[in-house]
Amino acid sequence: MTYHNPPTPPRKSATFDDASLAEIRRAAATGIYDIRGGGTKKKLPHFDDLSFLGASMSRYPLEGYRERCDTSVTLGTRFAAKPLHLKIPITIAGMSFGALSGPAKEALGRGATLSGTSTTTGDGGMTDEERGHSDLLVYQYLPSRYGMNPADLRRADAIEIVIGQGAKPGGGGMLLGQKISDRVAEMRTLPKGIDQRSACRHPDWTGPDDLEIKILELREITDWEKPIYIKVGGSRPYYDTALAVKAGADVVVVDGMQGGTAATQDVFIENVGQPTLACIRPAVKALQDLGMHRKVQLVVSGGIRNGADVAKALALGADAVSIGTAALVAIGDNDPKWEREYNALGTTAGAYDDWHEGKDPAGITTQDPELAARLDPVAAGRRLANYLKVMTLEAQTIARACGHNHLHNLEPEDLCALTIEAAAMAQVPLAGTDWIPGKTGL
Amino acid sequence: MPYFDLSETPLRELNRALHAIAPGANDREFEVANPRGSHAVAVGCQAPVAVTIKGSVGYYCAGMNSAATITVHGSAGPGVAENMMSGTVIVEGDASQYAGATGRGGLLVIKGNAASRCGISMKGIDIVVHGDIGHMSAFMGQSGHLVVLGNAGDALGDSLYEAKLFVRGTVKSLGADCVEKEMRPEHHAVLAALLEKAGVTGVETTEFKRYGSARKLYNFNIDNADAY
Amino acid sequence: MCGIVGLFLKDPALEPRLGELLSDMLITMTDRGPDSAGIAIYGKPGPGRVKLTLQSDRPDEDFETIAERLSHVTRTAPKVAVKSSHAVVQLPAAALDEARAFIRRALPSVRVMSAGESVEIYKEIGLPKDVVARFDIRSMRGTHGIGHTRMATESAVTTLGAHPFSTGLDQCLVHNGSLSNHNNLRRELARSGIIFETENDSEVAAAYLTARMAEGFDLGGALTKALDDLDGFFTFVVGTRTGFGVLRDPIACKPAVMAETERYVAFGSEYRALVGLPCIDEARIWEPEPASVYFWDRDRSAGERTMAA
Repeated sequence: MTYHNPPTPPRKSATFDDASLAEIRRAAATGIYDIRGGGTKKKLPHFDDLSFLGASMSRYPLEGYRERCDTSVTLGTRFAAKPLHLKIPITIAGMSFGALSGPAKEALGRGATLSGTSTTTGDGGMTDEERGHSDLLVYQYLPSRYGMNPADLRRADAIEIVIGQGAKPGGGGMLLGQKISDRVAEMRTLPKGIDQRSACRHPDWTGPDDLEIKILELREITDWEKPIYIKVGGSRPYYDTALAVKAGADVVVVDGMQGGTAATQDVFIENVGQPTLACIRPAVKALQDLGMHRKVQLVVSGGIRNGADVAKALALGADAVSIGTAALVAIGDNDPKWEREYNALGTTAGAYDDWHEGKDPAGITTQDPELAARLDPVAAGRRLANYLKVMTLEAQTIARACGHNHLHNLEPEDLCALTIEAAAMAQVPLAGTDWIPGKTGL
Repeated sequence: MPYFDLSETPLRELNRALHAIAPGANDREFEVANPRGSHAVAVGCQAPVAVTIKGSVGYYCAGMNSAATITVHGSAGPGVAENMMSGTVIVEGDASQYAGATGRGGLLVIKGNAASRCGISMKGIDIVVHGDIGHMSAFMGQSGHLVVLGNAGDALGDSLYEAKLFVRGTVKSLGADCVEKEMRPEHHAVLAALLEKAGVTGVETTEFKRYGSARKLYNFNIDNADAY
Repeated sequence: MCGIVGLFLKDPALEPRLGELLSDMLITMTDRGPDSAGIAIYGKPGPGRVKLTLQSDRPDEDFETIAERLSHVTRTAPKVAVKSSHAVVQLPAAALDEARAFIRRALPSVRVMSAGESVEIYKEIGLPKDVVARFDIRSMRGTHGIGHTRMATESAVTTLGAHPFSTGLDQCLVHNGSLSNHNNLRRELARSGIIFETENDSEVAAAYLTARMAEGFDLGGALTKALDDLDGFFTFVVGTRTGFGVLRDPIACKPAVMAETERYVAFGSEYRALVGLPCIDEARIWEPEPASVYFWDRDRSAGERTMAA
């Protein structure tokens, strides 16, 4: 009898997987870290790991249509003379003109306005298009202060002081030379075509004690009319929320690590920050500990995709959510209809993230006039409004099923978790048990 | 002349009055007494008024000023004239950190010394400091002019874009991508005009050196990676 | 994240007013930190005697018989002055260790705020004006003192989390900023025998300086060494029995203002804190340089010593 060695199939390392190998080769070839847009791409515990407990015998559900389920929310009730009254608890996150094309910014404004919600400027100032097409516009106050001016501050509806964002807590942004067009350069007072590095700290204050004085200045300049939001990246949400409240915020925005960016180092996007799911309860606890829950509103962002995500964020204690990536997809980002062009760029629809290169076939993350002209801001605005409507209906459907006549009546007790990780992070019981890891006994 | 004694009148009333000035109004000279280091004094002015502040102020005095002429007869705290758009701010004493930060226009004159980060992220403002300036001044300066009759601290002009820096005294050290540059006739002319506007006399433009961006960090180059 | 103040008197004629001047300085800084407040006052040392400042959340029970019990244990006659939640115990220096051991053993709810020949530390949750009134700080006389009003960042809002922190005899520290390597340093210092009461980064800074001074550095030397070993953002104002020091980190973006006249040296997080001091208009006013140490010592000719790293 003869014995043959059975063939050993090739086996790739789970540690040195294809992506890791490719990155090593890319780094060796170029000598620069990988820069890209978007949020983290790795699998994280998320809202999908939670499920609602609909009403049954012990709770009674509400009838659709007939029995109302309200969706309104007011942001900025603490100090501002003119808080923002939104019809839906879904706002459009800050994205800059520069990172996005003019038509894209206009589309976001149109969609938000049709839906009765707010949109937000970004690092690069306020454009007339976006002010004109946004009923409610939040003006971001960023470390770079590009385009910052008091006239725009006065014509904004709220001011969002950006301390950080979920994609890169503790980091500044970058806009590479390809996107610094004449108009972007002028708005930012920069030479055309250079790499623009945004600072990671504000130039004229550091820390919450100084921030309190900065807020006083902004309130004095705007005669105490505008709500002041403070946006932080999801890193230490309990302390950051508490300190934002102590510094005098009307609204706290917590952006988890799935939140996107126009461009930063991939290593930053993938390795810094906490999942959105893990950020909400500590932020809510900080508000509760200070007696400020619902008095200072909490907006949560980072990876919100559908009405279930909205309902889950609200049930965990948020007052509203904010969307960025999803809004871009709604207006046409990464649409398969551009597949051939994505292929030409070496990628595929759904994976395109080289937003900083300004070659976006969809005409959204670009300053190339020909590409930008592909986006019809009216039609794209309509698409965003449709999407926001669907999310709202979905959230209402869930809220009614849980017996609530207003989205803000959703509670953590309406939820169970499907994984131990999600149970621990969201502090709701693992499905089928009353076990909250770290909170209750097994 | 409207007069506000901040030991008796809330700050809000002063700023409200300054914001409410109608075009063509006659009250164009405001006086502010007893600021005692208060923050946000005379911020967000939009009218060409003259505001005279008798005493020292805290953070962000004359913040985001447009058109007004604001004079501090004392010292100023952090961020005086931050993000100024136009107009003139004069500090008779010293200025703390961040003087003229992110300023986009107008003239800031500091008759004493300015502390660190003077002109940080400046975007078109002109700043004239009679005394010395502290470290990290004109960090990421994008546009405008910083004129220093005294000495500059460490890391002057770090990560500088296109702001132009003129220093009469010594520079303790230059920041990344900031270099000394030739004083050409147009620079002498710009500097002479700034000195005159700031009321500086008896000083020649030939006494100054000019510093600006080496522009090596403008587009990423692996050979400059040590600067990051 | 806070407001800090300090006052070092050169003119003995001002000593009766130390508590009053320092109180007003601190109250002006209230906006910078509403969570808790504290003050350290360096008073006149009694020859051969030391003071323990104690704190208790149940002072009625803990302090009622403390004098009697301590006199039993130490076979001395300690003097006890109770002020609200705090008590100052005066006893012969030789009895200090025994007294501390007894307090640790028999009075678990009592905390030692400070020990030394001249320092007394008072700190509690609440606003500076209330803390100052509660302990009648205004009436206190002394040679130098420091104060702090806190906006808690990461560690708890408790009495123990309030500043000043004291980790050695007659030593104390207040801090504005946020250290980023305090956990590693705490573990290192704990291994060398230092006992920590809080999770506070500033306590680590205080303990760090104590450890360096135990190795033989003077205050200025210890502060200079801190520039190498501490990471993050910090401005410290520190006191020793005879010394007063200020350290500013290399980044230097937290606010700091100093004033000096022939009669005093003063520190404030903001200029506002200094405006009520005598003849402030004639003072030399400046901002401490980055990576620099300033200190004054009563045992030497008073004068500034600056060491830029």
